[in-house]
Amino acid sequence: MNDFKTNYVVTRSSRASTVAMVSGIAVLAVLIAAPWWAGRADLRLMAELFLYLSLASLWNLMAGYAGLVSVGQQAYVGFGGYLLFALTMFAGIHPVAALGIVAVLGAIVSIPVAALVFRLRGAYFAIGTWVVAEVFRLSFAQVSVLGGGSGTSLPTKVVKSMASGRQAREWLSYWLALALVIIVIACVFLFLRSRKGLALSAIRDNELAAGSLGINIWWTKFTVYVVTASLTTVVGALIFLQKLRISPDAAFSVNDWTAFVIFIVVIGGIGSLEGPIIGTLVFFALRETLADLGTAYLIALGLVAIVVMLKAPQGLWGIIRSRWDIQFFPLGYRVKGSSLNPSTTGRSKMGRSTLGSTDMGSTEMGASEMGRLEDSSNKKPTENSD
Amino acid sequence: MNWINALVQGVLLGGLYALFAAGLSLIFGVMRLVNIAHGDLIVLAAYMGLSTTIMLGIHPLLACVVVIPLMALFGYVLQRGILNQTLGDDILPPLLVTFGLSVIIQNALLEAYSADPQKMNVGILETASLSVGGLSIGVLPLLTFIVAVFVIGGLHWMFYHTGLGRAFRAVSDNQEIAQLMGLNKRHVFGLAMALSLAVTAIAGLLLGVRTNFDPSIGGARLIFGFEAVIIGGLGNLWGTLVGGIVLGVAQTIGAQINPGWQLLAGHLTFLLVLAVRPRGLFPRMTG
Repeated sequence: MNDFKTNYVVTRSSRASTVAMVSGIAVLAVLIAAPWWAGRADLRLMAELFLYLSLASLWNLMAGYAGLVSVGQQAYVGFGGYLLFALTMFAGIHPVAALGIVAVLGAIVSIPVAALVFRLRGAYFAIGTWVVAEVFRLSFAQVSVLGGGSGTSLPTKVVKSMASGRQAREWLSYWLALALVIIVIACVFLFLRSRKGLALSAIRDNELAAGSLGINIWWTKFTVYVVTASLTTVVGALIFLQKLRISPDAAFSVNDWTAFVIFIVVIGGIGSLEGPIIGTLVFFALRETLADLGTAYLIALGLVAIVVMLKAPQGLWGIIRSRWDIQFFPLGYRVKGSSLNPSTTGRSKMGRSTLGSTDMGSTEMGASEMGRLEDSSNKKPTENSD
Repeated sequence: MNWINALVQGVLLGGLYALFAAGLSLIFGVMRLVNIAHGDLIVLAAYMGLSTTIMLGIHPLLACVVVIPLMALFGYVLQRGILNQTLGDDILPPLLVTFGLSVIIQNALLEAYSADPQKMNVGILETASLSVGGLSIGVLPLLTFIVAVFVIGGLHWMFYHTGLGRAFRAVSDNQEIAQLMGLNKRHVFGLAMALSLAVTAIAGLLLGVRTNFDPSIGGARLIFGFEAVIIGGLGNLWGTLVGGIVLGVAQTIGAQINPGWQLLAGHLTFLLVLAVRPRGLFPRMTG
C-alpha cells in the first residue's frame, strides 16, 4: 500500500486509441479524396451515411449521456431544411452561407422549446418533444409560400448558385456532409472530455449525487439540448440541400429522422462515441441488402432493436468492448498500476469511468478482490425487475 | 350557434380522446411505464374489429366480445413476456422496447392490410342524430362519450373499491413492500397491462366506426392520449376525462376558425397548459 503513490499512472489514451487516431486520419484522407475514386451513386450514399451518422451521434449525446430521450429531433431536421429553402429562395443567400445562419436560428428556436419540454420528465419528455415536432410540421404545412402541405422544390437558380456544373455541386455537397460529420463528432468528443462533459457523466450516473456536488443539472442538460438542436438543424439543411425537394411529411418524418436514428444508436451501442459509428455502418449494410423486403425489413429492424435492448443493452460496441477492453475515443481515465493486470483497468458500465471510483478503487485492492468488484460492476440495471 | 355546436362536438370528441388516454394513464399509474406503442395498439384493435366483423359477419360494436378479451390476453402476455424485463430505474429500456414494438405493429399491419384506409360500417347508427335545442347531436359520438364516462367511472371504482385495485395501488406506492405482503408484482403488472389493452380495444373499435383508419395513424392517437393525460394531470382518471374534453374542444374550435388549424389548436392548447400549469389541471402524482 505504501508504494501506491509511485506505482500507478493515469492515462486517457491507450494503444488502441492511438492506433484508432492514426488510422482514423488515414481513413479521413481517403474519404476526402472520394470524389476522385468513387462513382456518383457511391458519393450520394456516403454523404447520406455521414448525415445519418451525425444525427445518430447527436441523439446519442442527448440520450446516452444527458438522459434526454427525445423522439422529436425531426423537428430540427425539418426546421433546418425549411430554413435553408426560405433563406436561399427569399433572401437570396448562398446555400453554404445559409448553413451558418441555420445553425444560429436552430439554437435560438430550441431555447423556448427546451424551456417547455424540460417540464416533462423521462418518457413524458420523449412524447412532449414529439408534440413539438408535430407543431412544427403543422405550422410549416400552413405556409403557402413554401408550398403548404405539398411542399416545394429548390429553384434551379439557387441550385446553380451553389457551384458551377453538376459535378462540382455533387462534390461540394459530399464535402459539406463529410465536414459536418467531422465537426459533429469532434464537438461531441471535445464536449465530453471537457469539464461540462464530466458534469454530464456525473448526472447520468447519479443525478442526486451530481446535484449535491454543485452541478447545475438543468443548465447542463439545457446546454446539451441547445447545442444538439443547433447541429441537428444544420444536418437537416444539408439533407434537404441534397434532396432539393421538401414537404412537411418528409421533413418532419418521425420514422426517417428519429426511429432509424434510435435503432442505429441502440444497435451500435448507446452511451459510447463508437456505438453510433458501428450502428450506422450496420444500418446501411442492412438497408442496402434487405431494403427490397420493404415492411419486413422494418419489422426485423424493430425486433433486432428490442432483442439488443433486452439482451445486450450496451449494443454491439458494448459486446466488443467487454471482450477486448478497447476504446477508440479516449474519454475515460485509465489507471495502470504495476501490481495489476493492465487488461482489467479502466472498465466501467459505459466504458468510461470519469469519476474514477472503480478504477482508483481497484488499484488499492488486492487481486483477490478484483473478481468481486467486476461482479458488482457488471450488474444490469434491469436486475431488480424480474 | 356554430360555436356552441363546435363546443358540443368537441366535448363528445373528448370522450374518444379520454378513452385513448385511460389505458396510458392506468399503466403509468401502476408501473410508471409509458407505452410508446399505445397508439399502434389502438389501431391494431380497430383492425381486429374489422377482421372479426368480416369473418363472423357481426355488427362492429358486437365485435368487442372478441376483440376485448384478445387484446387483454395480448397485454398480459406482452407484459409478462417482454415489458416486465424492461422495468427498472433506467427509463431507456421500456421506452426503446415499446418504440420498437410500435414500428413492428405498424409495419405488420401494413403488410397484412395494406396502406388503404379502412372503415367499419355500422349502418343506420352512422348517420342517426338527436335534435336538441337546434343542435344536431350524432348518436355515435354521444354513445362514445357515454362509454368513455362509464369506462373511466368503472376504472375509478375498480381502483378504490376492489381487491385488484388495492393491489394496483399497493405496487404503485411501493413495489418491494407490496411483494412482502404477498403480491406478485409481475402478475399485477400483467393484469394492469391486460386491463389497459382492454380499454384500448374499446377505444380502437369506437375509432374504427367513427373515422377512416390506416396503419400509420397510431402515432397521432398516442399523442392525443398523452396530451389528455398531461392536461388532466398525472394519475387522476377523472382529470384524464377533463383533459380529453379540453383537447377535443380545442380541436373543434380551432377547426371552426380554420379547418387547417384543428390539430395545431389542440397541440398549442397542450403546450399552453404545460407552460402555465406544468403538472396539469388536477394532478395526483408527480411524473
